[in-house]
Amino acid sequence: MSEKQTTNESRRGFVAGGVAAAAGLAIAPGVTLLDMAHARPENEAASGKNRWGLLIDTTKCKTGCTDCVTACFTENGVKQGDKETDPQWIRKVELKDLHSNKTASLPMMCQHCAHPPCVDVCPTGASFKRVDGIVLVDRHICIGCRYCMMACPYKARSFVHEPLTDQNPDVPRGMGCVEACTLCVHKIDRGDNNTACAEACKEGAILFGDLNDPESEIAKRVATYASTQVRADLGLNTGVRYQGI
Amino acid sequence: MGIPTIKTMGTWLASLAVVLAVGASSLAVADGGAKSPREAMLEGVKGDKCVAPTDDMRRNHMKYLKHHRDETMHQGIRTQQFSLKGCVECHASPKNNSVVGTNQNFCQGCHAYTGVKLDCFECHATKPKATAAFHPIAGQTGGLAANMRKEMGSAQSNVAGAAQ
Repeated sequence: MSEKQTTNESRRGFVAGGVAAAAGLAIAPGVTLLDMAHARPENEAASGKNRWGLLIDTTKCKTGCTDCVTACFTENGVKQGDKETDPQWIRKVELKDLHSNKTASLPMMCQHCAHPPCVDVCPTGASFKRVDGIVLVDRHICIGCRYCMMACPYKARSFVHEPLTDQNPDVPRGMGCVEACTLCVHKIDRGDNNTACAEACKEGAILFGDLNDPESEIAKRVATYASTQVRADLGLNTGVRYQGI
Repeated sequence: MGIPTIKTMGTWLASLAVVLAVGASSLAVADGGAKSPREAMLEGVKGDKCVAPTDDMRRNHMKYLKHHRDETMHQGIRTQQFSLKGCVECHASPKNNSVVGTNQNFCQGCHAYTGVKLDCFECHATKPKATAAFHPIAGQTGGLAANMRKEMGSAQSNVAGAAQ
């Protein structure tokens, strides 16, 4: 009886959320409908068959717009301050070609490299790459040495200098650890199949998807149009690709 | 799994040192008497059962949490049974909607009584995301849960909002 109650409670939130999970409806009783929104069962590990990534179309990205930055910080509970030392998971970068004066605006964040330098240098194993290509920091193991911040060619990582309170329950973070874009790993595990920045972009400049799935939109676009890896010369095989630069 | 790191070893040794040096009652005494944290244990509980038998949870919750944390962090396995988020959702006090803050709060109450340092909440949220969320695998029958739900009727709309 209690199970039924739980299911109904969740069902309300589920329907309101408007998430389609037709396949999930076949799951046995006792599993709440909220869980059915998972792309994979919650007891199943992330799979190496996936390689999550982003394709960012800089021709659509507007100069001065910071919607993706705001959405990221809101989703992950990062407070936007004015200090240079404040953590920064994603930032807007303006580029200008000095010969042609062509400008481009783009969001820069952890590029989720296939061969991440931050993982190479980490002395404790806190910096690691998940099998599905997401590069993360295990804060339980991080000693805050900041070698990874030095190693990252994209300046993607930040150090948390001050004590934090009121974290988002889905995104634990605290003083003394290094952190960076997690590719919204909690959303991916939940089955949202999108990141906060991609959801927030009104121009549709950010596309999230599985680079390994030839049927996915992102893989099709990468296969059809020219895309760039920032600092491709380093041979890191980034999971975040850019168009139009 | 469970490889002792410098940090966790440090925490463990620090905890041991506290217990050995000053005894289990030091923190409780500082707060005015070595009272059993039983009241705090009962206060925030929603539903009628925990995710495992109580004596098992008392003895082994730290092992379950650590095992779960490694699986979640490194493999993306997010089962609900030993999720710290689930603990907080059920055990947050109705007074300050938290598991720490005062010795009447669930986690802090017992950790202060036993003199064991609690550092989960330097990073993890101390408050549940939605006030009226129940642990999905704990039972919700009985007067306590019903009363809680009535009290938190206004918060129900927030739950639907959060689910979106």
